[in-house]
Amino acid sequence: MTATTTQPDAAAPARAPVRPRIKGEGLVWLTAMGLTIALGMVVLLLGVVASYGLGVFWPKHISEFTIVDGGKSVTVGGELVSRKAKAGNAAGVTSEEIQIYTGNKDAYGLPFRYVDVSAVTSSREPDDALVIERTTGGNAIGLPVALRPKGEAPVPASDPGFHARLDQLIVAAAANRAAVLAIKNGPLAVNSQRLSDLDTRLRSLQKRGEPDQAKLASIAAEITRLRSESTELNAQAQAKAATMLGSQLVIRLFTGEEKRIQFKDVLGATWPNQLGLAGRCGVFATRMARFVWDNPREANTEGVIFPAIFGTLVMTVMMSIVVTPFGVVAAIYLREYARQGLMVRTVRIAVNNLAGVPSIVFGVFGLGFFVYIVGGSVDRLFYDGNLTYGTGGILWAALTLALMTVPVVIVATEEAIAAVPRGAKEGSLACGASKWQTIQRVVLPASVPGILTGLILAMARGAGEVAPLMMVGVVKLAPSLPIDASWKVGDLIPGLHTDQKFMHLGFYIYDLGFQSPDSEAAKPMVFATTLFLIALVVALNLGAILLRDKLRRRLATATF
Amino acid sequence: MTTLMNNPIQTPHPTTGVQPAQPTPADAPGAPNPAYINITDYDFYYGSHQVLFGITMAIPERQVTAFIGPSGCGKSTLLRNFNRMNDLVDGIRHAGDITINKRTIYDPHLEVTSLRKRIGMVFQKSNPFPKSIYENVVYGLRVAGVTDKRVLDEACETALRSAALWDEVKDRLGKSALGLSGGQMQRLCIARATAVRPEVLLMDEPCSALDPLATVKIEELILDLKKQYTVVIVTHNMQQAGRCSDRTAFFYLGKLIEYDTTVSIFTNPKQKQTEDYITGRFG
Repeated sequence: MTATTTQPDAAAPARAPVRPRIKGEGLVWLTAMGLTIALGMVVLLLGVVASYGLGVFWPKHISEFTIVDGGKSVTVGGELVSRKAKAGNAAGVTSEEIQIYTGNKDAYGLPFRYVDVSAVTSSREPDDALVIERTTGGNAIGLPVALRPKGEAPVPASDPGFHARLDQLIVAAAANRAAVLAIKNGPLAVNSQRLSDLDTRLRSLQKRGEPDQAKLASIAAEITRLRSESTELNAQAQAKAATMLGSQLVIRLFTGEEKRIQFKDVLGATWPNQLGLAGRCGVFATRMARFVWDNPREANTEGVIFPAIFGTLVMTVMMSIVVTPFGVVAAIYLREYARQGLMVRTVRIAVNNLAGVPSIVFGVFGLGFFVYIVGGSVDRLFYDGNLTYGTGGILWAALTLALMTVPVVIVATEEAIAAVPRGAKEGSLACGASKWQTIQRVVLPASVPGILTGLILAMARGAGEVAPLMMVGVVKLAPSLPIDASWKVGDLIPGLHTDQKFMHLGFYIYDLGFQSPDSEAAKPMVFATTLFLIALVVALNLGAILLRDKLRRRLATATF
Repeated sequence: MTTLMNNPIQTPHPTTGVQPAQPTPADAPGAPNPAYINITDYDFYYGSHQVLFGITMAIPERQVTAFIGPSGCGKSTLLRNFNRMNDLVDGIRHAGDITINKRTIYDPHLEVTSLRKRIGMVFQKSNPFPKSIYENVVYGLRVAGVTDKRVLDEACETALRSAALWDEVKDRLGKSALGLSGGQMQRLCIARATAVRPEVLLMDEPCSALDPLATVKIEELILDLKKQYTVVIVTHNMQQAGRCSDRTAFFYLGKLIEYDTTVSIFTNPKQKQTEDYITGRFG
């Protein structure tokens, strides 16, 4: 606080005291303004991402527009997405167009339609407009006509039991899909994994010129057996799926034609124009949960991001496990053992500069060193030259990012070690403790909060990095999660598939935004995924911060 | 053994490192060694800056010796050389020798850690570790590799009793040492230093951060400790030196100006500088 003394006014001593002018007040405003701008930008960023991202899940009203198109009257229905000035018309003529999400990509070819505002003659919100979310082809939007359950009489939409029967069939379809998936992801997946392992083994035995023909024959026999088992399981899954095949939902599109939708494809149905606020929130939550937990579909545009979230999480945790001991040990040497001099100063500057090297450089290094040199050698030595570690994988990605973030940990740890009071170290040494004992029992415990701060920064940077990962193991769609219950060739720890490629939220956003065949449809997904990336980084950091606070309370340094 | 002048050894034998005599338990009690810590022609440098000039003195066993002098006179530096705490500083250099119980502290075969186990130290700022009271006291034993719970418990109690802290903390040995008061923390540090049963106890202005009541307690404790330990205390407090030390050394600008029994220093100083300092005319 600045003292509020009135400054003596030499020119007019008799005047009543004016408002005191406090030196430095301008600077207070300037600094406050800086902070306000920074905070405003953060809020704006989160706000933009959240509003676009969360809007995807919010059920919007469905409108039916009657428009004049080339002299004819046409009906178009769907969600009103935006209304904006039309580009490219003559000066002075204001013309607006609206963008309508019509869905039914399979029927119309495009999920969006742009209509001139002047062409719209009337619009209404039909009460019974139905939005059907499907596994393929995106959403279908229309008016319900009838249900045609397999082997039963059709239920017309006017029937009072229509709603209940529809929900019932949707639940049945979901259960059926789950049952089919259980076979595919369960015994069938195990079988194909074993098949591919045996195949690899057989090939490497043949390559080496295995003399034991009986051994080869037994492997070949086992392969044949597994193949037939797989065929049988496939047939089982198909039979299961067939029980749902034939149950259909008939809707009438706004353009007039009727359309039959297979129930096996239906994920859910909502009547957005009939929903109250609570109902909307319910649909919002259901859609969001589905977005997080299901598997990616439709070239990611109907993306559901659990594999990407999980991949990012596993990669970041692996990176943290590598980077922390590495950085801490290096920092201990630099601060406690190395002779402070020109050499150490140079090393310290080099380490700090390493943190500023563009991340793609680390990606190139990771590809050249980890993947080609280390991975290639590992494959030659342990996997008979079969491509296992010699291609990008989650382990190489974690190591590359660990290398990239190690300077952050080193700098933070060094600062934390330097901040340990001299008295604490001397007290320990005076008791006869060796240098290492002092580091281990006094210095490191007191530095843990600082080390964790470094780790938080490293994780924040690592989790958000995309460029280097594209070179060392990230893919658009990974066949399986990096951790599951199966044991595969190349696992460092059974169940942790360290050699496998993985999905990453950052790359997923890039892929959605720039590689997607339908950019209009992918746009909202980009924001939704970004929101989850931010949430993941915040969650990881929050975890580390809570841990740090807990430790800080326990290991508070003696200050007196 | 009689005077500090007849110790010809300035550095240990370079190859064997053998010291003249190992103390035997038999000659310890009864006859206190008048030159337990023996400093001979000791110079000390921080880089090119010389801070101690030709110090020669003998500190007697089981007595309290006080180092007084104005700030920057080198008294703390000398004290911190007894357990080689100054080794932590880069670019230090020394000439001359210090022996403790007839063994030079610069013996290359002597591990600094074992030297420090023999010489406890209490600092100006109490520096308990952020651990429990119990773990603080037994720290020296733990780093020495003692794991026997009975030995540790016993050492903890003995040390806390000798630091007059036992009755105050015996019910909360498991609680954090950081919850103690300033005076208690300093006594805890004394207990920590005595738990390893050192031969010498060095105290670097142990009361300068304490209130008068806590100071009285520490001073009483020092008088008690000298029954078992050779105590060297650096102090800025003239009265403290007068109250609790047997001998007093006055340092000025890195030189030992006068060293005698406390009574003669305070009643009949031979040097003008000493008199000026203790009467408060400078410093």
